[in-house]
Amino acid sequence: MTGHGICFEPDDRYNAFLTTCKHVTHGKGKLSGVAVAVKDNISTRGIETTCASKILKGYVPPYDAHVVELLKQAGAAIVGKTNMDEFGMGTTTENSAFGPTLNPCDTGRVPGGSSGGSAAAVAAGMVRMAIGTDTGGSIRCPAAFCGIVGLKPTYGRVSRFGLIAYANSLEQIGPMGHSVTDVSTLMEVIAGYDRYDSTSVNKPYNHTPQPEIKGLTIGIPGEYFGAGVDPKVAKVVNIAIGRLEELGATTVPCSIPSMEYALAAYYVTCTCEASSNLARFDGVRYGPAADSNKSWHAAYQEVRRAGFGTEVRRRIMLGTFALSSGYYGKYYAKAQIARENVKRDFARIFSEVDVIAGPTMPTIAFKLGEKSDPLSMYLSDIFTVPVNLAGIPAISVPCGKVEGMPVGLQIMGRPFDDERVIDVAYAHEQAVT
Amino acid sequence: MVTEHEVTHIAELADVGINTDELGAFTHQFNAILEYFDILDNVRGEQAVTRDLCNVLREDVVEPSLSQEDVLRNAAHTEDGFIKAPRVM
Repeated sequence: MTGHGICFEPDDRYNAFLTTCKHVTHGKGKLSGVAVAVKDNISTRGIETTCASKILKGYVPPYDAHVVELLKQAGAAIVGKTNMDEFGMGTTTENSAFGPTLNPCDTGRVPGGSSGGSAAAVAAGMVRMAIGTDTGGSIRCPAAFCGIVGLKPTYGRVSRFGLIAYANSLEQIGPMGHSVTDVSTLMEVIAGYDRYDSTSVNKPYNHTPQPEIKGLTIGIPGEYFGAGVDPKVAKVVNIAIGRLEELGATTVPCSIPSMEYALAAYYVTCTCEASSNLARFDGVRYGPAADSNKSWHAAYQEVRRAGFGTEVRRRIMLGTFALSSGYYGKYYAKAQIARENVKRDFARIFSEVDVIAGPTMPTIAFKLGEKSDPLSMYLSDIFTVPVNLAGIPAISVPCGKVEGMPVGLQIMGRPFDDERVIDVAYAHEQAVT
Repeated sequence: MVTEHEVTHIAELADVGINTDELGAFTHQFNAILEYFDILDNVRGEQAVTRDLCNVLREDVVEPSLSQEDVLRNAAHTEDGFIKAPRVM
C-alpha cells in the first residue's frame, strides 16, 4: 500500500451495502483508485464479513480471499461489503438478515439476487465495479434486473479461496459493472490459478473485448422462449438477437431437453451441499457464542435456530433429508444423472454453435414481497441454473426495457470460452450505444 | 408426504431447531418442494463420470499460517490458547 487513498461516503438509500469503508488506501495498478464493492460472502481481512446472516454478525476474517488479494494488488479500493440473500440463498436479496436491497430502477421492486447489493451499488453509480458470486444465477439475475453487466465465469477460472461456501460444486465468483469493458477488466484481475482452491484451473484471462462477430453461429434454445417466459421479455430479447444477426451472426434453433429436470437437479444438489457446508456454523470458532455449559446438540441447535434465517434453515433441512438413508438414490443420485444430461446437451449443441442466447430471467424484477412462496421463487431461476450445472460461462447484458424495467440478454459459451461470451455481449453493447 | 413429526426429526438431525409455530408452514412448503423434486424419478441416463480433476495434495511441510491470536480472535469462549466448546459427553 502506498499513500494513495479515496474517501467513500455514499448515500446508500437502496441498502446496497452492509459495511462501508470511509477512508480506503490503495496501491497502483490496472485498477488504481477504482472503487470496487465486494459481496459480503467473500472474506476481507479486517472488514466484517457476515454473508448477510446473524450467525456471522461481528465476524472479522483474519485473511483475504484470493480475489481480494488480487484486487488489492491491482490497486483497487475496496470500499465496502454488499448486501445479499443470506449465504446466497435467494433470487431477490429479500432473504438478508439486515433488510432487503431496493432496485435503483424502481424502489418498489427487488434488485434480484443473491448479489443484489453489488448490482444495486453499480446501477446506482455508487461504485464502478463490484464482485458477486453466482451459484444458480446470483450474478446474472441481479445484473438483468438492475440493468448492468454481470459475468458468471467458467467453473475453476476464478479462485473460490476465501469465498464462504454454500454450494461449492456450482458457485463461482465473477465481475459486475456498467459496461462489458469494465466487466472484462475486472475479470482480467480476478482470474487465474490459485493453489489454495483445489478446483482452480490454470487459464488466466488476458483479453480486450472485440465487437467483431461476423460468421458466428448462435444457438437459440426453444426452451428459453416457451411457456413461463413473459412474452414482452421474450420480444425484447428477440429484438436483441436480431441485432446480433444484423452484425453478421447466424442463428440456429436448438433444444436442451434436459432442462425439464435442471431446476430440480439444481435445488437437490445445492441444498445437499449447503447441509454439509453450513455445518461449520456452530458458534464455537466464530459467530454468536454457543452456551458451553449445555450439551453439544442443545447448544448447537440454539445457536443455529437463532442465527440462521428461515430460508437457510429450510435449505439445510431439505439437503439433510435428501441425503438421508433411503432417499439418497431418489434425490441426490438422480440429480447427478440429470446434471450430467445437462452437460451433455450443452456439449452437443456447442459442437454446432459458438454461443447460445436467450433471456437471463423469464420476467422483469419482481415487486417487493411478490415471491413469498419458496417454490415460486425457485422456479424463476430456470434460465440461469443450467449454466451452473454444466460449469460453463454466461453473461447478462442489458438489451432493452419492459414497463420501464431492464431486461437482460444472456449469452452462454463453451467451457473456458469466457472471452467469446464477452465479445458477443460487447458487440451487442456497441450496437445499442 | 412428510409429516410434522418427520420435519421435527430432520430439524434435529440438521441441528437447526424448529419452533412449534413454524412447523405447519415448514411442513407444507417442504412437501410442495419435495413434490416438485419427484420429477427426478423420470430421469434416465448414466451416472455422472468423475471430473478430469485429481485431488490436489502437497508435501507436509510447515508454511506460514495464521497466528494463534488471529485464529482465536473470533471465538466467543477461549481458555489457555484453546477454543472452548460445549460438552460432548
